[in-house]
Amino acid sequence: MTKPEYEWTWKEIPVGNVILEPGNASQYRTGDWKTLKPVLNKELCIHCGLCSIFCPDMAYNLDSEGYFIADLFYCKGCGICAKECPTGAITMVVEEEEK
Amino acid sequence: MEVSIAAAEAVKQANVDVISAYPITPQTHIVEHLSELVANGEMDSEFFCVESEHSALSVCVGSEATGARSFTCTSAQGLALMSEITYIASALRLPIVMILANRTLSAPLSIWNDHSDVMSIRDCGWIQFFTENGQEVYDHVFISYRLAEDKEVLLPVIVNMDGFTLSHMIEPFEMIEQEKIDQFLPVYQPLYRLHPDHPITMGAFALPSIFTETKKAQEVAIWSSMPKILETWKAFGDMTGRYYQPIETYKAEDAETLLVIMGSFAETASEAVDRMREEGRSVGLVKIRLWRPFPFQEFKRATLPAKRMVVIDRAISIGGPGGPVASEVKSALYGSDNRPAIYNFVAGISGRDVAPQDYIKMVDKAEIEIEEGNREGYEIYGVRE
Repeated sequence: MTKPEYEWTWKEIPVGNVILEPGNASQYRTGDWKTLKPVLNKELCIHCGLCSIFCPDMAYNLDSEGYFIADLFYCKGCGICAKECPTGAITMVVEEEEK
Repeated sequence: MEVSIAAAEAVKQANVDVISAYPITPQTHIVEHLSELVANGEMDSEFFCVESEHSALSVCVGSEATGARSFTCTSAQGLALMSEITYIASALRLPIVMILANRTLSAPLSIWNDHSDVMSIRDCGWIQFFTENGQEVYDHVFISYRLAEDKEVLLPVIVNMDGFTLSHMIEPFEMIEQEKIDQFLPVYQPLYRLHPDHPITMGAFALPSIFTETKKAQEVAIWSSMPKILETWKAFGDMTGRYYQPIETYKAEDAETLLVIMGSFAETASEAVDRMREEGRSVGLVKIRLWRPFPFQEFKRATLPAKRMVVIDRAISIGGPGGPVASEVKSALYGSDNRPAIYNFVAGISGRDVAPQDYIKMVDKAEIEIEEGNREGYEIYGVRE
C-alpha cells in the first residue's frame, strides 16, 4: 500500500473491505500496544540470541554489529526478553518516561 | 400454484448455484420444493442441508465469496439465529438473496405472521423489499439477483413475504419464459472472489482507525443503490409490463386521510379504501415496498398533501415510540411544513386477522383522536381490555 490504512479515506476502501495485497499484516503497528520497552546494555550482552528466540512476536533482528535489537514497530513490550536474558542485559523501561 | 412453490420455481429459473437453508414454518415449502428440484435433477445446484440457520447463511457467505449465486430463506427464530451473519454478508458486499417468510418472534411461541422478525435486523445493511402478493414475490427473485449482483450495488437483498397470508396461498401466476429471464439476469460476474490463483483476503478485522471509514463506505453503497433499484424495476417492467415503485399508492392523490401499510395487508386495506370512498370519504392508501434504503423523497411526495396518516405497524417497538414503520415515517416528515397528523396502530400481530371493516374502524378512531388534538397517537388495535 502506498500509505498506511489509518490515512485512508472511506473512498479508498476496496468494495467489501477486501485485502488485495497478501501479507499486509506486516503493516500492523503492534508496537502501539506497549507501555514498557526493552533497552539493551551492550556491555552485558553476550550475543546468545535468547531474546530473539523467546520473543513471541519475532520482533528481534540481528544488527550489523551482531546485537539483537527489538524492532519497536512490532515489540508489544511483554518483557519476556528481559526475563530470559541470562546476563540481565535487557531492562524494561516505561516508554513515555524514557523520552 | 402455491406462492411458496412459485418462489422456489423463481429460484430455479434464476439459475441459483447454491441453496443453503434450514426448514422452519412458514418458509418450509420453498426449501422443500427446491430440494425436490435438485434431487430430481431439474435444477443444477448444490443443496446444502445445514444444521442451523446460522450455518445456512454462513454457507451462502462462503459460496458467494467464491462467486456462486446463492439463495437462502427463513422465518422468525431462524432469522434471529442468522442475524449475526446478516451484518457480515452486507459488510462483505456479497449479493445473497433471501426470501423471508415473515413470522412472529417468540415468545410466546407462535408460527403466525407479523413483521417482528425482519424488524430485529432492520439496520443490517441489506436492501429490503416488501411484497403484497405471490406474483410480486416471484418477480422480486429475479429483480433482487439482478440488482444485488450489479457491480455498482453488490449488496444482499431480503424479499419479505408474509408468512401464511402469502406463503401458503394458492394464486394464479404469470410465469416468465426462461429465455427472457436469462436475458434479464445474466451470468454473475463477481468483482472479487476467492480463487487460489488470485489470493485476496475477505472478512479481515479492522482497527478503530479505519472501521468508521468502512461503515461510511457501506452506507454510501446502500444509498447509491437507489437509482439502480429504480432502473432494475424499470427494466423488469419493460419486460413484463409489471412496474414497481418504492412507494405505491391507491386512490391517494387527493386523499385527506392516508392509510400507510407494508406487505400483504395492503390488499385488504385497498378493499377498505374502496368501501370508504363509496361512502364519499376522502381516504387513500400508501404502500411501502422499499424498506431499506428508505425512500424518503418518494414517501414525502406521496404523503405530504394529506392531513392525516394512519400508519399500520405489524411489529411493536417495546418501550419505544410505537411501531417501527410509524417511527420511520415520523422521521421522514419531521422537517416538512404542514406535515400530516400521524396516528399509529399496531395491528395483526402474530397472524390475527385484520378485515376491511377493521381498517375502517382504525380510520374512524384516528380521525376522532386527531380531531380532539391527539396528533401523535399510538395504540395496539383490537386488544381486549
